[in-house]
Amino acid sequence: MIALAASIAALVALAAVPLFLTDYGLGLMIGMAGYVTLASAWALFSGQTRYISLATVAFYGIGAYTVAVLNETIAYPLVLACAGLVGAGLALVVGLSTLRLSGIYFVIFTFGLAELVRQLITWYEVNVTGTLGRYIFLDITAREIYWQLLALGTFTIGLTAWILRHRLGLALKVIGDDETVAAHAGIDLARTKLIAFTLSATIITLCGAISSPRWTYVEPIIVFNPNVSFLAVIMALLGGANRLWGPAAGAVPLFLLFEWLSVNFPDTYPIILGLMFIAVVFLLPDGVLGGLARLRQRGKAAA
Amino acid sequence: MVGRPCGNAAVRAFASGPRPLGVPMPNTQAKRDPIMTIIILGLVLGGTYALLALGLTIQYGIARIMNLAYGEMTLVAAFVLVFVFRLTGLPPLVSILLVAPAAYGVGWLLYTVMMRPLVARAGTQGKLEVDSILATFGLLFVIQGLLLLVFGSDFTSVSFLEQGVEILGVSVAVNRLVALAICAAAGGGLAIVLARTRWGLVMRAAALTPASAPLVGIDVNRVARQAFALGTALAAVGGTSVAMYQTFSATDGVVFTMKALVIVIMGGVGNVAGALVAGFGLGLIETFVATVIDPGLTLAATFALFLAVLLWRPEGLFGRRA
Repeated sequence: MIALAASIAALVALAAVPLFLTDYGLGLMIGMAGYVTLASAWALFSGQTRYISLATVAFYGIGAYTVAVLNETIAYPLVLACAGLVGAGLALVVGLSTLRLSGIYFVIFTFGLAELVRQLITWYEVNVTGTLGRYIFLDITAREIYWQLLALGTFTIGLTAWILRHRLGLALKVIGDDETVAAHAGIDLARTKLIAFTLSATIITLCGAISSPRWTYVEPIIVFNPNVSFLAVIMALLGGANRLWGPAAGAVPLFLLFEWLSVNFPDTYPIILGLMFIAVVFLLPDGVLGGLARLRQRGKAAA
Repeated sequence: MVGRPCGNAAVRAFASGPRPLGVPMPNTQAKRDPIMTIIILGLVLGGTYALLALGLTIQYGIARIMNLAYGEMTLVAAFVLVFVFRLTGLPPLVSILLVAPAAYGVGWLLYTVMMRPLVARAGTQGKLEVDSILATFGLLFVIQGLLLLVFGSDFTSVSFLEQGVEILGVSVAVNRLVALAICAAAGGGLAIVLARTRWGLVMRAAALTPASAPLVGIDVNRVARQAFALGTALAAVGGTSVAMYQTFSATDGVVFTMKALVIVIMGGVGNVAGALVAGFGLGLIETFVATVIDPGLTLAATFALFLAVLLWRPEGLFGRRA
């Protein structure tokens, strides 16, 4: 009860923040809210099942591109709904063709997916519409984008909390621990994985759609930046991918670090981030929150 | 649409931004017989793919490391070849003899420093798979970052043996034939060694049953290290052959890895002959798509093939059903 009250108070405070910030500060908050959402949505499926999805930016970019295509023809809420549907549709295609098989096929499929979608859109734009690059003219302020992302992030974490306490979450956990055991326990493996993956991918697509007006000009090479996939994974892993607050705990410091690095070391930051990624995999297999929990347990055992 | 003027395809590929892999260069495309052209150019491309897939299938099948940085290792070799060629004028064929052992050493070191601790820590194959995927995904960004830092993001190529020769009425650049010969020698030689020698037997035993291989005195750790290093060397040789006849850029790694992975799945994991056949198959299909339909759709063709295999025979075209 106290935790819930504290969460609501924190949410109200976060929602009020843009009223006191400069444009730069608001930009940082938007980026942070976006990455908290992306990392949490990624972990909703991959953190629990240990099926590593490397396609975050495929869905994120599709969301942004849907907005770019539709923003001048239909109303904004409908644009978002379309983006969500496109993302969910693609997730179903990927999921139905790979999630019935072993995990490695899923990883491989998602590994090349962003590049595939990028090449297909490029091909379509060049050959069919004859232009490359689109403009997004939407009457949406930065504050409104921030509030939408905050709402989506809250929804994602809330949904994760709800799922973790219900049959679906328990089923996902068992699948992550041992798939054979899960099958013997009567869990419908393919269906469970498909539901969670589609939910996760749809949220990621919406996140891309909501963030897209910040760009104004959109081109495949801009919206399908592989760094987004990379960052979502490392953020979730750093905090602890199978914990409710892990991805958020990893996203905030890493986003700030990423901002600082990309300004101060524009040429070398991918290398630094890659090395950090490897370090996280080696040193913090359960994430910071997992490591803290283990320390606390050890402390209790010693006392 | 058969026989669309070759210049058109090349211009369109250029116009659509980053040029997809496997686009035949205009000067090597025949005007007379499009089908023969597709077959010959497809076989050349397929040779490179087969070699790349062979290295990956050895790394995944024997060393049990799913290496997502594989394409980046290929690119490093390609860049080194171009760099050495421009700097010293050392013939590419000599460079390969230096690059391959160097890559073996790098692979050996990478396995010892980076992969071995993961293998030691992982209790199960599933855990190792997840850890190796994540670790090599990080490695991918490190290598890509280094490549971008050192060589920039422009497309690179060398002009080496570009004159054409006539084969069955098709004019083919000599560099492509040299690349094919290198791939055939490296890939074919390795396939024979794996099938016929005692060392090959040890490799195959470790691939088949890693748990019981130690019972007959096989040091699985050593075999895995050798396999990973060998895979890296094959990636490097594949990269040098790519550098001889294609333009490439520092961000092409994902596409190389993806194609090699799809071939490995098609051939059946750990299946050397399967990887070779599937590699040539993908080369042919891709060249067909690039010439007849559109060069911008080659990755789409790879994915379509992957989907077909997943839906039809997920154990690989040549694998036995479980």
